[in-house]
Amino acid sequence: MISVKGLTKHFGANTVLDGIDLDIRSGERVAIIGPSGTGKSTLLRSLNFLERPDEGTITIGPVTVDARRAGSADELALRRQTSFVFQNYALFANKTARDNIAEGLITVRGWEKARAHARAEEILATIGLADKAQSYPAALSGGQQQRVGIGRAMAAEAEIMLIDEPTSALDPEWVDEVLQLLKRIADARQTMLIVTHEMQFARDIADRILFMDGGKIVEQGPPDTMFTEPRDPRTRAFLRKVL
Amino acid sequence: MRPLDLDYMLGLVPVLLKYVPLTLAMASVAMVFALLLASLMAIVRVMRVPLLDGFTQIFISFFRGTPLLVQLFLFYYGLPQVFSFLTAINGVTAAIMGITLHFAAYMAESIRAAILGVDRSQWEAARSVGMTTSQMMRRIILPQAARIAAPTLVNYFVDIIKSTSLAFTLGVTELMGAAQKEAAGSFLYFEAFILVAIVYWVIVEALTVVQRQLEARLGKAVAR
Repeated sequence: MISVKGLTKHFGANTVLDGIDLDIRSGERVAIIGPSGTGKSTLLRSLNFLERPDEGTITIGPVTVDARRAGSADELALRRQTSFVFQNYALFANKTARDNIAEGLITVRGWEKARAHARAEEILATIGLADKAQSYPAALSGGQQQRVGIGRAMAAEAEIMLIDEPTSALDPEWVDEVLQLLKRIADARQTMLIVTHEMQFARDIADRILFMDGGKIVEQGPPDTMFTEPRDPRTRAFLRKVL
Repeated sequence: MRPLDLDYMLGLVPVLLKYVPLTLAMASVAMVFALLLASLMAIVRVMRVPLLDGFTQIFISFFRGTPLLVQLFLFYYGLPQVFSFLTAINGVTAAIMGITLHFAAYMAESIRAAILGVDRSQWEAARSVGMTTSQMMRRIILPQAARIAAPTLVNYFVDIIKSTSLAFTLGVTELMGAAQKEAAGSFLYFEAFILVAIVYWVIVEALTVVQRQLEARLGKAVAR
C-alpha cells in the first residue's frame, strides 16, 4: 500500500510537483503518461528521495516519511521499500551482471554471498541472461543492460517497483524484449509505478493510467476509459498527438 | 673535455645500489600513508563534512602552496624547537612525514576529482538500491574512482621516489646523500651525479612498465 499526500517539489522558482496526492493498492500497476517536463520522472524520483521533495508525506508499506523532517535514516528506510529501474540502466560499471543483481542482497539485505549469487543466477535465468552472469555492463547490449537493471530491481522484492521510461534510451531493436520482461513482472502482480511513452504498453499492463501536466495529476482512470473517452481537454490534446 | 673515469663509476655502482632499498622503503611508506590520508581528505571534501572540510581545504592549500624543501626544514629543524617532544625525531622519519603530508595534499585533489568523475548514475543506482553512504563509497564509487585516478597516482609515486632525494638535506644518507658523500671524497662530481641520476631513472622506468600492466588490467575489466 502506497499513499502520497501533498507532494511538492520546486526547482528554483519552478514548481515541478504541485501537491500530488496518490494512493496505490498492493498489486496495482499504475502508468504515468504526459508531456515531457511535467514532473513524471520527478514524482518517481521523489518517492525514493533520489530527488528530495520539499513538502508532503510518503507512505510505502510500513514506512511513512514527512519530506520536511526526513533525515538520512528515513531516506534509507524508504529506499528499502522501493526498487528503481532507470532510463539509462545505471548498472554498476565495476560489477558483473550477476553481481549487479546480488549487490543489494549482500549489502542491504545482509545475505551470505553464496546465497545472493545463487539468487542472482536464478534471476538471470528468468530474464534470459544466464550466460551473461560474468559479463560487465560494458560488454552487454542496451537491451541486455536494461534487463539486468530490471533483474536488480526484482531482487529487492520491494513493496513497489518504480520504473522510469525504461525503453527511452534503447535502440528500437531492443525495446520489445524489455517490454516483454516488464509485462511478465506486471502479470505477476508486482506493484509498480511506471513512467512511459509506450502508450500501447501502458494500455496492456496498467490497471490505472495517470495523466500528468504542469506538476499535477490532471486525470486518471482505467486504460479503457482514459484512452477512449478522456474528459480533460489537456488529456485529449496529448492523446491526439501520441496515439 | 676530460675523459670519464669509467672504472670509478663501475666501482660506485654497487655502493649506490646498497641505498636503493632505503629510497624505495621511504617512498613506499610515504605513498601508503599519503594515499590513506588523501582518500580521507577527498571523501571529506566530496561529502562536504562540516568543519573537517574547511580544515582540509586549509591543509591542502598550505601543503600545495609551499615548497617541499621548506616543509622538510620546518619539520626537522623548526618544529622540534617549539614542540620539545619532536626533538627525538630522526631525519628519515621527518622526511617521510613531510613527503607524506605534501603529496597527500596533491593526491587528495586528484582523488576528489576522480570521485566526482564517477558518473552520476552510479551514485543514484547505489542510493536506489538502499546502500548507506559508506557502502556506496566503498563498493561502487571508490573502486571506479581508483581506476580513474590510477595513472595520476602512479605519477605521484614517481614524484615521491625522486623527492626522497631531498632527505639528504636533513642529513639522511640515502641514495642522493651517498652520491654526494662519494663525490665530496673523490671530487668526481660528474661521475657520481650522472650515475645517481641513472639509478633514479632506471627505478622510475621499471615502475612505468608496472604502471602500463596495471592500467591494462584495470581497463580490461570495465572498458567504457
